[in-house]
Amino acid sequence: MKNEYEPVIGLETHVELYTNTKMFCGCRLSFGEEKNIYTCPVCLGHPGSLPVINKKAIEYAVKIALALNCKIKKYTIFHRKNYFYPDMPKNYQISQYDMPLGVGGYLDIDMGSYIRRVGITRVHMEEDTGKLLHKGTTGRISESEASIVDFNRAGTPLIEIVTEPDIRSPGEAKGYMITLRNLILFLNVSDCSMEEGSLRCDANVSVRKTCEDKIGTKNEIKNLNSFKFLQKGLEYEVKRQIKVLETGGEVIQQTRHYDSKTGTTKVLRSKEEAHDYRYFPEPDLVPIYIEDKMIEDIRKTIPELPSVKAKRFEKQHGLPKYDSSFLANNKDLSDYFEQCCRHYNNAKNIANWIMGDFSALLNKEKIIIKDSRVTPENLCKMLEIIDKGKINSKIAKAVFEEMFSTGGDPQKIIEDRGLEQISDEGLLEAIIEEVVKDNPGAVEQFREGKDKAIGFLIGRVMAKTKGKANPRIVNDIITKKLS
Amino acid sequence: MEIHYLTAHQLKDRLEKRQISCTEIVEGVYLRIEEVGDRLNSYIRLEKESALSRAGEVDKLISAGSDIEDFMGIPIAIKDNICTKNITTTCASRILENYIPIYNATVIDRLESRNYILAGKANMDEFAMGSSNENSYFGTVKNPWDTDRVPGGSSGGPAVCVAAGEAVCSLGSDTGGSIRQPASLCGVVGFKPTYGMVSRYGLVAFASSLDQIGPLTRDVEDCAAMLNIICGYDRKDSTSINVEVPDYKSFLKADIKDMRIGVPKELMVEGIDREVKEAVYRIIKLVEDMGGIVEEISLPSLEYALSVYYIIAPSEASSNLSRFDGVRYGYRNVEAGALREMYRRSRAEGFGDEVKRRIMIGTYCLSAGYYDAYYEKAQRVRTLVINDFKKAFEKFDVLISPTSPTTAFKIGEKMEDPLTMYLSDICTIPVNLAGLPAISIPAGLSGSKLPIGLQIIGNVLREDNVLKVAYSLEKAIGFTGRPGL
Repeated sequence: MKNEYEPVIGLETHVELYTNTKMFCGCRLSFGEEKNIYTCPVCLGHPGSLPVINKKAIEYAVKIALALNCKIKKYTIFHRKNYFYPDMPKNYQISQYDMPLGVGGYLDIDMGSYIRRVGITRVHMEEDTGKLLHKGTTGRISESEASIVDFNRAGTPLIEIVTEPDIRSPGEAKGYMITLRNLILFLNVSDCSMEEGSLRCDANVSVRKTCEDKIGTKNEIKNLNSFKFLQKGLEYEVKRQIKVLETGGEVIQQTRHYDSKTGTTKVLRSKEEAHDYRYFPEPDLVPIYIEDKMIEDIRKTIPELPSVKAKRFEKQHGLPKYDSSFLANNKDLSDYFEQCCRHYNNAKNIANWIMGDFSALLNKEKIIIKDSRVTPENLCKMLEIIDKGKINSKIAKAVFEEMFSTGGDPQKIIEDRGLEQISDEGLLEAIIEEVVKDNPGAVEQFREGKDKAIGFLIGRVMAKTKGKANPRIVNDIITKKLS
Repeated sequence: MEIHYLTAHQLKDRLEKRQISCTEIVEGVYLRIEEVGDRLNSYIRLEKESALSRAGEVDKLISAGSDIEDFMGIPIAIKDNICTKNITTTCASRILENYIPIYNATVIDRLESRNYILAGKANMDEFAMGSSNENSYFGTVKNPWDTDRVPGGSSGGPAVCVAAGEAVCSLGSDTGGSIRQPASLCGVVGFKPTYGMVSRYGLVAFASSLDQIGPLTRDVEDCAAMLNIICGYDRKDSTSINVEVPDYKSFLKADIKDMRIGVPKELMVEGIDREVKEAVYRIIKLVEDMGGIVEEISLPSLEYALSVYYIIAPSEASSNLSRFDGVRYGYRNVEAGALREMYRRSRAEGFGDEVKRRIMIGTYCLSAGYYDAYYEKAQRVRTLVINDFKKAFEKFDVLISPTSPTTAFKIGEKMEDPLTMYLSDICTIPVNLAGLPAISIPAGLSGSKLPIGLQIIGNVLREDNVLKVAYSLEKAIGFTGRPGL
């Protein structure tokens, strides 16, 4: 037992809110347009300008905190976090310190075989910084001749979510981020794109022997900006720390940077070099009082969350656990699924299509389900056509592909392309007669009791009918005919 | 009397009677500026050309029959830490020497809507840090009563402009006495409104929780008229108070019968000049003659006000001034080869000594391990100061004290001793800590013909009481002194 280590991980996640305007001024949020156009004296930090709180951002923050089961502080204030950096117009960030908006929540992570409950220490509000663009061929700061600052992002509302050190593996960390992302997408307050940087994550990692209660010295890991990097970065860091301890060394408290190219973490700064942020209450803003009524009003706007939804899918639609949570964890898929359920009553069939062929095509085209051309009505129509035996599953695949690319009505596609299944026994009998005549060998084998042979014969019939023959009827006729 | 010594309401009267044109007013003021400007150094920037052209426009409006509102066509000096769109706003600092704001402060928008005329941007202590106006990158401002002496600070320029006839009135800012103390030393009226009554939007911040814009005028009537314009809620300033603004001119009644007036004994102790004290006693006698009730009162926490102020103000300043980094605007050292060096050299070369001193004090007070002992504790004592005033105002309508412990001191006299300099604001600082309204009015001249100021402090939002007592005493004192310049 003596050599078994376990990681102890806590995550700090930043989420950009998509309010109409910035946190402390009336500028629009930007999505990668021309540089420095969504700016004003306030978000540029011009002398004499003053911040004014965006009420919508508070609402969104409360919504997130509530969804994370946090207690909402009725009295909350902003602090200034002081440090110099060119992407910070005022050289202080308006943030929250010892009086955050939400505290003491949790998020349950379904790890398949067990549930990990991750404590949420705090949820607080702050403003985002601008973006530095390093001029030069590589775009790296160390190789650039000059850096320019784009303040379009400066002042975008941010929520920081800090967990307790409850996460016990890189996989759980990834699970937490995926669950958190799904949850926030459900709340419709952020697009949570790790690629675009609207969802960002830093991790605090330490390791300890499994028999110990005390938490070891932690390292903060930055730049874990995809689910993959989060897991890989943590895996590397955990291994690194274990190695240090195994070889008789001591883990030193540091801030480290994950390099996705090498898959390693490197020292960014030591504890001694850590910033002293000189937090103090922001004197330009007055305290925020959040009334019970406001909390209740916001609570009402929170939709059914993934974990609850999954349970309901199991109960209401009789879906297996896997299908339920697969669909429930994705707002678009679950919305689509439920729309389908209004038109068609075999939920498992719907789920199979959404999770199978449909998802495959969506992934291939890199679009989300609500942007696809297949309406829930048309998908259900197709399922009914299959149920009625008008097309078989192989043809259905082709029909669906056409629906996916053209948005067409399944019935019309089947008619236009003459894909309807042949169930006319007279017609099929004539074709089977021909097949039997042409394949005496296979007929012989069948009669000798080789079951495989019937498959071959059915295949021949299918080929002759271009796949349209009803395989069940063909099977019946052949069996009857030859026995 | 010369045009340049008339008050705004007197000029308004003459404009209404068509005895004078706005152009003549502006020309008169500029004639005076040309006459005394070099000796006083009260302006950082003059706006003669645009002032004259504005004056012409206003004259046209008047001859077209437009109503003449208060301050219409009146040349006003604006302290150079109040943002004026397209006109440099330097804060008397090298770091903002060429800074041109892209927007107007809310008070400027309000004045513009009244067709005021910007006479120029007035000199000040750098970033409003100082009590003598010796801390200006653009040079020391001289007191018109004795040009070897300081005008007080930090609104030295605005006070001198009004005292010497270089503007009809002016706007200053007051963080620890920066309007009242120079008003006192220059023999004019200076008012600091209740914190939150005047929008701070566009006032370059020194200490956000203490700063307040206010008028400097030749009499209390102009002061009340100016408050009518600049006071009022502004959604761009979160700390602005959303209350109905009274007509401040309606409080200009010479009647203080039965008003209860307290004299805080902590503001009448050692360090206050004998002559200054005597002036206050003379006024107490006057008040009693007019039927007011005067009593001494003790506000024990005032003993700590100066210490509290010199923790809170520099702490906030250290953060407020960190935006001056050479990145987006203002002075930048262009020789620096790297970011940190650029920061360091731009700020080292851009800021003056007093500003650096306060940034260092503030940075220290907010540092990890010191925050609780300094900033946090200072905030707690600040609450005690607030409570002491609260208690006092249960009993009194206003409190009176000297504005400044001394009359104008010699240039250079206190520059080597910041602590003595800081004592200049001992009577005014507690008022900012508690966010109260207070005025300084001329109380007479000392033996060496230097003005003495009286401070009248009111409870939060009780500008009415302050103005009533100020107006009554102004009439009773009958101060008509003018600097012999």
